[in-house]
Amino acid sequence: MPEEMKTLVVTGLRTQFNTAKGPVAAVRDVNLKVARGEIVGLVGESGSGKSVTGLSIMGLIDAPGEITAGAILLNGEDLRKASPKRLRELRGDRIAMIFQDPMMTLNPVLRIDTQMIEAIRVHDHKVGRQEARERCRDALGLVGIPSPEERLEAYPHEFSGGMRQRVAIAIAMLNRPDIIIADEPTTALDVTIQSQILAQMQKLCRDTGTALIWITHDLTVVAGLTDRVYVMYAGDVVEEAPVEDLLDRPIHPYTDGLIRSIPSHNAPGQPLNQIPGITPALDRMPAGCRFHPRCPRRTDACLEEIALRSFGPAREARCIHPLVEG
Amino acid sequence: MTDNNVHADAAILEAAGEELPAKPTRPMLLVIGRVLRDPVGLLGVLIVTVMVLAAIFAPWIGWQNPYDLSQLDFMDGRLAPGSQSMSGVTYWLGTDDQGRDLFSAILYGLRTSLMVGVLSAAIALVIGTAAGLTAAYAGGRVDTLIMRVVDIQLSFPPILIALILLAVLGQGVDKIIVALVVTQWAYYARTIRGSALVERRRAYVDAARCLALPPRKVVFSHILPNCLPPLIVVATMRVAYAISLEATLSFLGIGLPVTKPSLGLLIANGFNYMMSGDYWISLFPGLALLLLIVGINLVGDTLRDVLNPRMQR
Amino acid sequence: MTAFLLRRLSQTVITLLVMSVLVFVGIYMVGNPIDILISASATPAERQQIITAMGLDLPVWQQYWIFLKNALAGDLGNSFVYNQPAIRLILSRMPATLELAFSAFVIALLIGIPLGLYAGLKPRAVGSRGVMVFSILGFSLPTFWIGLMMILVFSVYLGWLPASGRGQTVNVLGVPLSILTLDGLSHLVLPALNLALFKISLVIRLTRAGVIECMQMDYVRFARAKGVPEARIVLLHVLKNTLIPLITVIGLELGSLIAFAVVTETIFAWPGMGKLIIDAIGVLDRPLILAYLLMTVVMFTIINLIVDICYSLADPRVRLGEDSRS
Repeated sequence: MPEEMKTLVVTGLRTQFNTAKGPVAAVRDVNLKVARGEIVGLVGESGSGKSVTGLSIMGLIDAPGEITAGAILLNGEDLRKASPKRLRELRGDRIAMIFQDPMMTLNPVLRIDTQMIEAIRVHDHKVGRQEARERCRDALGLVGIPSPEERLEAYPHEFSGGMRQRVAIAIAMLNRPDIIIADEPTTALDVTIQSQILAQMQKLCRDTGTALIWITHDLTVVAGLTDRVYVMYAGDVVEEAPVEDLLDRPIHPYTDGLIRSIPSHNAPGQPLNQIPGITPALDRMPAGCRFHPRCPRRTDACLEEIALRSFGPAREARCIHPLVEG
Repeated sequence: MTDNNVHADAAILEAAGEELPAKPTRPMLLVIGRVLRDPVGLLGVLIVTVMVLAAIFAPWIGWQNPYDLSQLDFMDGRLAPGSQSMSGVTYWLGTDDQGRDLFSAILYGLRTSLMVGVLSAAIALVIGTAAGLTAAYAGGRVDTLIMRVVDIQLSFPPILIALILLAVLGQGVDKIIVALVVTQWAYYARTIRGSALVERRRAYVDAARCLALPPRKVVFSHILPNCLPPLIVVATMRVAYAISLEATLSFLGIGLPVTKPSLGLLIANGFNYMMSGDYWISLFPGLALLLLIVGINLVGDTLRDVLNPRMQR
Repeated sequence: MTAFLLRRLSQTVITLLVMSVLVFVGIYMVGNPIDILISASATPAERQQIITAMGLDLPVWQQYWIFLKNALAGDLGNSFVYNQPAIRLILSRMPATLELAFSAFVIALLIGIPLGLYAGLKPRAVGSRGVMVFSILGFSLPTFWIGLMMILVFSVYLGWLPASGRGQTVNVLGVPLSILTLDGLSHLVLPALNLALFKISLVIRLTRAGVIECMQMDYVRFARAKGVPEARIVLLHVLKNTLIPLITVIGLELGSLIAFAVVTETIFAWPGMGKLIIDAIGVLDRPLILAYLLMTVVMFTIINLIVDICYSLADPRVRLGEDSRS
């Protein structure tokens, strides 16, 4: 598929935070491609830069953060070159986002209908209040909220966490965006609720042709939901692969470590696997491959900068000692 | 550190394991050093030091005892700043209606104001600390009772409470100190209870209890020292407030008696002559009062920043 | 809501009863009621007559009962100086004080909220630092001295505004008001500003702190992700969340404005209750002092009640929480 046909193309994205001790890059060099209607996973530990990537795409990085390089093409239009006004028009209309903590994303003092109707009317003033309201009601019904008509008049605190996240999803879907960025929206929820929402989200995206970037630290979520996965580590994408390939034959030692860390992957009675060490702090990144201090396969060559390279169709990894040769 | 924390400045550095100050060996000296290194704090300390020294040495600095009537010359009344007296002395800040040298009067006024402010704050501190510690350590009904009294009292503005008390008690230095203590103890009680409750849950208190130390010992040698930082900050601010409130009450004529003049009374005196343009009688004592209060507040603000671990840069 | 109201009302009554006991104990037990309630110039025969009439020779609990009955009937004794019922004197001066206090209250909100909003939205701007310096000064400067300086500058030297009295008043429903005539308004400006100064600083600080906190909340970011314009985010999402907790604090400050009006009224010779009470303390007009104290306590309690009700109306969490449980 030619690049122009992709819904979202991110190339060379770099986002840094200007701290008192000078700039530190939270996202160093990220490339993403999402096709129309595709569901993509963005996986990494805390501090890997996956949320910052999501916010950067949305143009929601606040000072002291700053995007310093790269291009973000939404339907071929570079968001980094767009005016703040144009960005605002696109946000919530063509590109939407859902956040991690459902208890915090809805404004506690505004009724659900206020928060939903504004999402429609800030993008299209011509939509009447009544029509907007009907669309909101339908959207609530679509994400599985019972008696949506009455619930429109409720306040966020009258909903459970799972229900609030459904409301947030309904808001994100209101204007039928081309792509939704979901930043760990189920992490704070019970496992049963999580699987319901995952299934619903998958169905909604398939039905409407909306693309989805699902940011998570949880490989088991990715396994059931996504088509393709990007693995991030310390601000870099270290591996990209279709989901089955990634889980069956990981290339990067870090991906391998992540998969082995899933408890169910173990034989009963065996000690749990873990990746030794911790994610490096942003202001003291190791030189070269950022994973090398924790990597079982490291050599001196890992101290050099390492570029992404191709390992066959739709597979890339940032490693010179891959587990599978391409 | 959560991944979506993009206000990551502090968090990043924290994760880097830096900026966590080493345990101070001599905390008091360290705190004083930090305050002096802050330009605002240094300014505050300088102002307060000068004022306190001026108050202490008032009889030696001021050339006149403004309340010894035999030293006053009525002919020198309401002289503008810089005027010469009949006997050839220059009144740099002018004189009041009774021919008092304002500079000397301000020095003596500072004495009274500082004395009343510090003394009442100190007594309120002791009472409030005792009440707060009792509430925190005893818990249960005692706690509820003490804190209910504190809440009710704090819901009334201090000036109203002072008015009630002075209306019932009458005037006098002792009475205004009583009034100031009553209006202020509750602030200390609330502060100390808050931090004592936090400290009480800490492991070292359990440890001390397990060693069967008597409660008195646990409270005074373990809980109290750890509650000191917020208490110091509150006490500084409260001294400033007490001085301001005393000046206000004296200005209203219901605080200190005329024989024991504070800055507030001097200002009230000048008020009568202000309409005719004799601004200095109110202006200069007011400036002195202002400098004192702002100075103490600057010290307090800096102390709060220095003692608050979250604010440490 | 009704149950909530009833509960709050009964709490108010209990508070008032407790306060009446305290005032009773203060005046009748600690002091000598005979001295407090009977003028020093009364003859022994008159004294005896009043003692019997007021029941001061009865047991304590009967005395309290009489005191309470009289107080409820609005009879708190006659002022020695004016030889009129103390309560009527207080009531006749109350409109002036309330006008002053309400004007100061409105000024504090009109100046404090916009400045606090500005300082909260742009905390690093030079203007914001100026606002904060102003607020620190407003906090630490003694109000009465500022009042004097205002008179010195605006009345004595510039001659722009009068320094004393209420000026021309207009009767509205039998209550004289200064604010409706140009002359009265010019008399009101200085005292109201003076009284408002401390509260302006307070409102600035509270608003600024609230705005800074709210701007970092996820719901603001979510609103941005919806494409809501920044102006609407600030004026609806942030301001509503900031102002609701402000109601409680500021509402209670209205009571303290009435108390602090004592100082301002003395400086600007504003003929309100405060001026009356200071004069009364000066000449030991005790029935008047007693009446002032009781009236102030009653007003305070009523204000607290109103603030509580306003707060519960404004905050959906409190309001509906009460409803669903009762």
